[in-house]
Amino acid sequence: MSIIEIAGLSKTYQVYEKREGLLASLKGLFRRKYREVKAVREIDLKVEAGDFVAFLGPNGAGKTTTLKLLSGVIHPTSGTASVMGYVPWKRDNRYRRKFALVMGQKNQLWWDLPAQESFRLHQQIYQIDTDQYQRTLDELTGLLELRSLLKQPVRELSLGERMKMELTAALLHQPEVLFLDEPTIGLDVVAQHNIQQFLKHYQRERGITTLLTTHYMKDVEALCERVVIIARGSIHFDGSLAEIVDRTTSHKLVTLQVADGESLDGMEQFGSVEEIDPPKVTIRLQREDVASKLSAILDHRRIVDVVVEDPPLEEVLADIFTQISNKNDDQEA
Amino acid sequence: MGTMIQAKMSTWWTIMKIALEERLVYRGDFALGTLMRFLPIITQIFLWSAIFMSVGGGDMQGQEIKGFTINTMIAYYLLTMMGRAFSSMPGLASGVALQVRNGEIKKFLIQPIDLVGFLLLNRVAHKLVYYAVALLPFVFVFWLCGDYFSEHFQHSTASWPSSSRLAVFLLSLVFAFLLGFFMEVCIGLISFWFLEVTSLLFIYMLMNFFLSGHMFPLDLLPDSARMVVDWLPLKYLAYFPAAIFLGLVPEDRLWAQLAVEVVWVLFFILASRWMLARGLRRYSGFGG
Repeated sequence: MSIIEIAGLSKTYQVYEKREGLLASLKGLFRRKYREVKAVREIDLKVEAGDFVAFLGPNGAGKTTTLKLLSGVIHPTSGTASVMGYVPWKRDNRYRRKFALVMGQKNQLWWDLPAQESFRLHQQIYQIDTDQYQRTLDELTGLLELRSLLKQPVRELSLGERMKMELTAALLHQPEVLFLDEPTIGLDVVAQHNIQQFLKHYQRERGITTLLTTHYMKDVEALCERVVIIARGSIHFDGSLAEIVDRTTSHKLVTLQVADGESLDGMEQFGSVEEIDPPKVTIRLQREDVASKLSAILDHRRIVDVVVEDPPLEEVLADIFTQISNKNDDQEA
Repeated sequence: MGTMIQAKMSTWWTIMKIALEERLVYRGDFALGTLMRFLPIITQIFLWSAIFMSVGGGDMQGQEIKGFTINTMIAYYLLTMMGRAFSSMPGLASGVALQVRNGEIKKFLIQPIDLVGFLLLNRVAHKLVYYAVALLPFVFVFWLCGDYFSEHFQHSTASWPSSSRLAVFLLSLVFAFLLGFFMEVCIGLISFWFLEVTSLLFIYMLMNFFLSGHMFPLDLLPDSARMVVDWLPLKYLAYFPAAIFLGLVPEDRLWAQLAVEVVWVLFFILASRWMLARGLRRYSGFGG
């Protein structure tokens, strides 16, 4: 049995629809109109122990709702889920001691106190034995370089430091399953990188099963072998990053650097020119044409360097998201 | 079993300790706030003096309003302050409502910890810090106003509290704390259904002010109103402890009344458990 099994999971929210204008608002006092929002529709998913899975999708796609369902914060409208053999929304204490949820936008630590006080509280709540607690804390604060900050009130920490503290708090009880909801949101490049490195290392060492939602492709590239694309509440893709690119992009980007004195004119004849930055030029080529076009170019021009790349991940995903949303609009129309 | 209890105690102790530390972060503001609460005493003494003066046409000595002399009145007021030091719960209901509204309540769904228990320990810690700060001013004020008490007991059929009456008095303070706590938690939990409870809380505060005996002794109410108020839980928050101390409750009815208070406490404990369970179910059904 897989560590996480989801079958036919759906969640429909009832949203109060407020109509415009004072009169309509007054009417709303007596009769409210509700609209149904299908946040998650019939999701099926299996995750094996030790997997690091990224949930990607536009805002409002259902990623966070799925994580909330799996951590037992909300009940589904229909469908089933099992994590480590528990039904999350039954909120069994045994289950709650075995997983953690970190939300990049929510703060779980005591704002006015040093983080170590919050950690001590976690030790008690999760009934972590003192030796193990000390060892885990040492390890985590060492890896995240937090030792000198433990005695500082949380409100005085930077966003990046606070996120590291949040992670530490979440990992103190050594959860077997970890849900991360946009853990790097709003962080600078260095802090993002640090957290990625940490997660990568820690996940490998411990083999904890991790589900991550993010909007930063760097996170995904650094961390996840498996990517699940969710949009409009449904899963549209489930596979490796390379597969996504393979399946959805029909072209490559070829960057050429020409020798001194060589002109960059007339490159359009080979493919569509994306960017010219002498002595470099980037052209977009159909995948199957790359070899033949490249040899043609090499015949005609003096080239000192060639780089063949897939289009940037952001672009690929933006394309996929747009496609999905167009397709759905057609269906719903 | 023993180790389980031990683990629980240790958890409770840690929560209390952390809540204590948190309280002490803004100690300046806290100390000032605590001391300021003693200021109304002066206005109350002036107010009641003026009332008794006008009743007595310029002389308040020997004047009575429904059996209350000026001495009884001031002593009563000081004692309700003490009762309210136990039963008032600033920020409790609104704090719960805020947690529901901004989603912080999720923490209690995700972590193996009980919201009401956590709040209770927090509140105990807050109160302990408050008593530590307020003890000296309280002693000082009671010492200053000692004459009001001795005058009261001299002219009353009641004597200074016996040890058993004192015991009931202390118990009534503890129960006043529990009653105040669980009543406000229930009001806060209503926010699972209405999100905003400010107006509701305002109504509660208003009722509390008049019907708990905080504003004036309940004996001043017309008999019909008194009958109703006697059965409400509010009087246990301020009137009851003061009345016990001053000997206004007949000795043979002390324990019976205390029992009614305990029933109210149990009622609100159960109500809060029920509301929390239903509220969380609703919350997680609606989408957190």
